[in-house]
Amino acid sequence: MMLSFLAKRSLDLLFVLFGVSVVVFLMIRLIPGDAVQIMLGANTEITPEGLAALREKLGLNKPIVVQYWDWLSAALRGDLGQSIWTGKPTSEEILQRLPITLELTILSLIIAIGLAIPVGVLTAYWRNSSAEYIIRFFSITGVTLPSFWLGTLLIFLVFKLAPGWQSLGYVPFNQDPWGHLSRLILPVVTLSLPMLAGLSRVLRSSLLDVLNQDYIRTARSKGLSERVVLYKHALRNAMIPLVTVIGIQVGYLFGGAIVVEQVFAIPGMGRLILGAINERNYPLIQGAILLVTMAFVLINLLVDLIYAKLDPRVEYA
Amino acid sequence: MTLAWQRTLWPLLRNPLGLLGLLLTLLVLLSALLAPLLAPYSPVEQNILARLSGPTSTHWLGTDQFGRDLLSRILFGFRNSLMVAFSSVFIAVFLGTLFGVSAAYVGGWYDRVVMRLMDVLLAFPIILLAIGIIAMLGPSQWNAALAIGIVYIPTFARLTRGPALVVRNTDYVQAAVAIGAGNRRIIWRHILPNLASVILVQTTLALSTAILVESSLAFLGLGTQPPNPSLGQMLSEGRAYLTISPWTSVFSGLAILVASLGFNLLGDTLRDTLDPRLRGH
Repeated sequence: MMLSFLAKRSLDLLFVLFGVSVVVFLMIRLIPGDAVQIMLGANTEITPEGLAALREKLGLNKPIVVQYWDWLSAALRGDLGQSIWTGKPTSEEILQRLPITLELTILSLIIAIGLAIPVGVLTAYWRNSSAEYIIRFFSITGVTLPSFWLGTLLIFLVFKLAPGWQSLGYVPFNQDPWGHLSRLILPVVTLSLPMLAGLSRVLRSSLLDVLNQDYIRTARSKGLSERVVLYKHALRNAMIPLVTVIGIQVGYLFGGAIVVEQVFAIPGMGRLILGAINERNYPLIQGAILLVTMAFVLINLLVDLIYAKLDPRVEYA
Repeated sequence: MTLAWQRTLWPLLRNPLGLLGLLLTLLVLLSALLAPLLAPYSPVEQNILARLSGPTSTHWLGTDQFGRDLLSRILFGFRNSLMVAFSSVFIAVFLGTLFGVSAAYVGGWYDRVVMRLMDVLLAFPIILLAIGIIAMLGPSQWNAALAIGIVYIPTFARLTRGPALVVRNTDYVQAAVAIGAGNRRIIWRHILPNLASVILVQTTLALSTAILVESSLAFLGLGTQPPNPSLGQMLSEGRAYLTISPWTSVFSGLAILVASLGFNLLGDTLRDTLDPRLRGH
């Protein structure tokens, strides 16, 4: 049964990945006006020879289906084209930046989930009319807090309270481990806070649902301690909706990282993409979007599998 | 109609968070609408002698690096944010509902193709897709609105397809078909009114996130272009002078929070009052 579930999900996945690749491929073709002229005009003089050369290089004079096939088969071999300015392979530039963004997002994800569980549990046991409003107010505020504002305020606070602390920029871990980690603290706080607010609210609400179920009453009336009831019986079931929300949130986290990198001057994917937009380096933008989205789709598949594992009631259909 | 209003408005006013959301939303809406009347100065008028000042009696929220009055810029910034947010959500609601309802109504291969396309759009992280679209069209306020609108189309398509499918198969719609009601009449008279409350709730929440996404894009330099005042871009410019005069960044960010929070509190409370099935704790 698990196998047919996997097969069906993989088929859906292939379709979505195909669709994503078509959308990303079409992006460059849907640019209003002459894409080649725009690209070339960003920082060199436009000459007919230059135009023809770039058009030839990008394969833009072939039929569109052939163009798509060439592009896709190259992408599948790991060849995402070359930067039209530096001539360096796009995939090389992306692979330099991707680990930085991944470290930021994964650390934030771990911190957000790690804190959301205790916060969700504690707030689930705090129940009266004013608690409802206070918790709701703070979780909604957390979700709507603009990350670039929060990050900016944190930078300002650090500047005032601990002027010696370097809060901006990036140093590789192997050069200066402490400098690397200390520069990550503020970005991770900034990126994880909205997610923490959202996740703990979901956990609280699903925990409240579960705690009202008959089998919890049975467990309590058997004389089990509240701790056992919570950890062995309630939390496991309450985590199921949380897993779904985590899958959705990973996408927000990627998007949030682009903004947070800009706030803290971290040279990750966000900076790479923004730089590419400024110099009209479309192949690089395409490659970056394609790679990040594929990663996101695969993470969602992983979440689905964890979900099915966690909840035996999920039909593999 | 009056009964529907009473059922919607009363629970909203009696809930402290709903009331707060309503007040914040009204504050932001009125500021945006009346910005030309309320603003004490022109939002683009420079006054080099009074640059980077903190809050004073002449400039209530202080001034920026060109000596432009911050309060006036924030009022016009609200106007800008809301114009982008409302137009993007309009695009998303209109096209999303069109796709969702038509998929449910027509069914068959059309349904499958449309919903698969929605899956593909949903596969992209939201900000990344918006950035990609703007990268192609060029950074501007209206391209940001278009990009945010496209990004949220699948949300509304998925939201409306399910309930539309349920209503389409109810006995009274079947009866309407049987007495010869046309497709247009069935969709307008029977299906859409049943979707009104889910659409209203999601529209309010989408306005909240659209304000955030718009200001993020403006912060990245991909939205409204200078010298027009936009909250995200003001915050970004203010960061260069953060250690001398943090006011520009502090107040423009606070303004974004107030606008987004207002719509979110309103939508969250509306969801509880209008749609008990979606109720959260």
